[in-house]
Amino acid sequence: MTAASATVPRRRRRFRIGSLLAGAAAIVVFVASVFPVYWMVNTSFQPNAQVRGSELHFWPDNATLDNYTSIIGGGGRAPFLPALGNSLAVALITVAVALVFAFFAALAVTRFRFRSRAAFIVTILIIQMIPAEAMIISIFRLIDGWHLLNTIIGLSAVYIATVLPFTIWTLRGFVNGVPVELEEAAMIDGLSRSQAFWRITFPLLAPGLVATGIFGFIQAWNEFVFALVLNPRPEAMTLPVWLRTFLDPNGGINWAELMAGSTLVAVPVVIFFLIVQGRMTGGLVSGAVKG
Amino acid sequence: MPTPPASPNPVSPSPAVSAVEGERLTAPPDPAASGRRARRSGGGGFTPYALLMPALIVLAVITGWPLVQLLIMSVQKFGRAQVFGAPPEFIGLGNYLDVLTDPEFWQVLSRSVVFAAVCVVTTMILGVLVALLMNRLGAVLRTLVSVGLLLAWAMPPLSATIVWGWIFDTQYGVLNYMLTNWLGLDFAGHQWLIEPLSFFFVATIIIVWGAVPFVAFTVYAGLTQVPEEVLEAAQLDGAGGFQRFFLVVVPFIRPILTIVTILQVIWDLRVFTQIYSLQSIGGLAEQTNTLGVYIYRVSLGSGDFGAGGAISVIVVLLLVAVSIFYVRRSLKEEAL
Repeated sequence: MTAASATVPRRRRRFRIGSLLAGAAAIVVFVASVFPVYWMVNTSFQPNAQVRGSELHFWPDNATLDNYTSIIGGGGRAPFLPALGNSLAVALITVAVALVFAFFAALAVTRFRFRSRAAFIVTILIIQMIPAEAMIISIFRLIDGWHLLNTIIGLSAVYIATVLPFTIWTLRGFVNGVPVELEEAAMIDGLSRSQAFWRITFPLLAPGLVATGIFGFIQAWNEFVFALVLNPRPEAMTLPVWLRTFLDPNGGINWAELMAGSTLVAVPVVIFFLIVQGRMTGGLVSGAVKG
Repeated sequence: MPTPPASPNPVSPSPAVSAVEGERLTAPPDPAASGRRARRSGGGGFTPYALLMPALIVLAVITGWPLVQLLIMSVQKFGRAQVFGAPPEFIGLGNYLDVLTDPEFWQVLSRSVVFAAVCVVTTMILGVLVALLMNRLGAVLRTLVSVGLLLAWAMPPLSATIVWGWIFDTQYGVLNYMLTNWLGLDFAGHQWLIEPLSFFFVATIIIVWGAVPFVAFTVYAGLTQVPEEVLEAAQLDGAGGFQRFFLVVVPFIRPILTIVTILQVIWDLRVFTQIYSLQSIGGLAEQTNTLGVYIYRVSLGSGDFGAGGAISVIVVLLLVAVSIFYVRRSLKEEAL
């Protein structure tokens, strides 16, 4: 250790270099995260001829909506508007039903003690890990048996089962976050148990319900495997499957249109995600910090 | 609705037996918490079952029943004819024998495991580094990084894959352009997806790009909870940056790291959308199948549902084995 007077400036200099490096790293992380999104939107507003040109355009100079109008018009393939309608319908039905069912189940496991409660929670956690790909065959046969292939109801039913475990698990956390004492205080003040729940606890849970619902919506909106297998007809497709019809490895891929399509599929999710993320990050690992 | 009688016993009257381990499933060790719970314990009689019923019915019919069907199918000779009504023939473990003696299955399995391992390790390292970076940055730069990460996180996997496919495109891709015209390398017309190793390089980038934000945000949330005093004390005791990280910070956030790693393993082992659509953009399916895509191609592509069922069962067992760790962790942390 040398004299203190010598170490202080050296440490300060090192600190300044450290901050500079951190700033540079921050910008690298930002660019790496954002570049694909920016490149998607940038390409989607350029004419295809320009996209296939020999020059890069980092800004859509000859900005055009042609890609959007042509891809929405169908471009000779599956039409966009029915796919959008199907995606919205399936996602909304999934969220509505799954949220109600999961809410009831979450109440049962948080506000009551009963036999096999722990077994139920363990089952929920394990089911969550079963990959959809492993289930496609038997689920295909199930839905086919019900004559619900290529229907909104059939796909929604499968999605409800898919998002239920996660929704129950997350809502359980939110319900646990509201102290029972609040309800009990209300009951001392003369409310019945169900009145106390609906007037006191439920309003406190509303943000959690919204966040969980939006997350379920995103899952249903993005889901690909089941939609591909269960709803292959053009009029029954959801947006991800619709988007895939533009991927044709044999013919040339029209990248400008494809980027417009990808943007259309991504925009609702990105908006919802920005709304919801803060609330959900904790869900999967809640309580883990306490160690 | 009758109010349940308050139970004098803080422990639940009917101790449930854990399916995992007989630990901490009945009452939390914290006396205050268990006292609070106890006021409701034993309550409701029929009510909790009624509340569970809708979810249970859905899961039994749409998850449980197909799972049973899958098991049955995996011990039957089940091809296209059977899909259209021909009675399937019971062949015992024949499908499993076929699958386990098929070199392609082992190729796909080892490819998936190696691929998942590379993705998980890369994601975890980058995610933790970004989290440490965010912990260090000032408010402005941290917001900038957060916004970028959120955008990447929010991209639907299919859109993300297609966009990366466009960036890596052979003829007009921006990457080949930059490598050729800016760095003077010979990448004009380079086919990134044709070579399996290169294909998985691209796939790794897509998956890591999409997964780092989750890891970074979660680990960052953990880092903010590491008490400042402990770090200062360690610094006063002469611990350097690396020592402080590995000896103080890591033990604090270890539970988070464990859960996040397990989730990544599960998600990366079952990856489907990215590989499947990347194969549609370019790339040879036979040499780039991972487990999820392989099941799809064997059963719905080739029509051998029996073998597909056997592979599915093996994959389910594999993932359930991995997720047991997650389940145990969750149960422990949540102190049910």
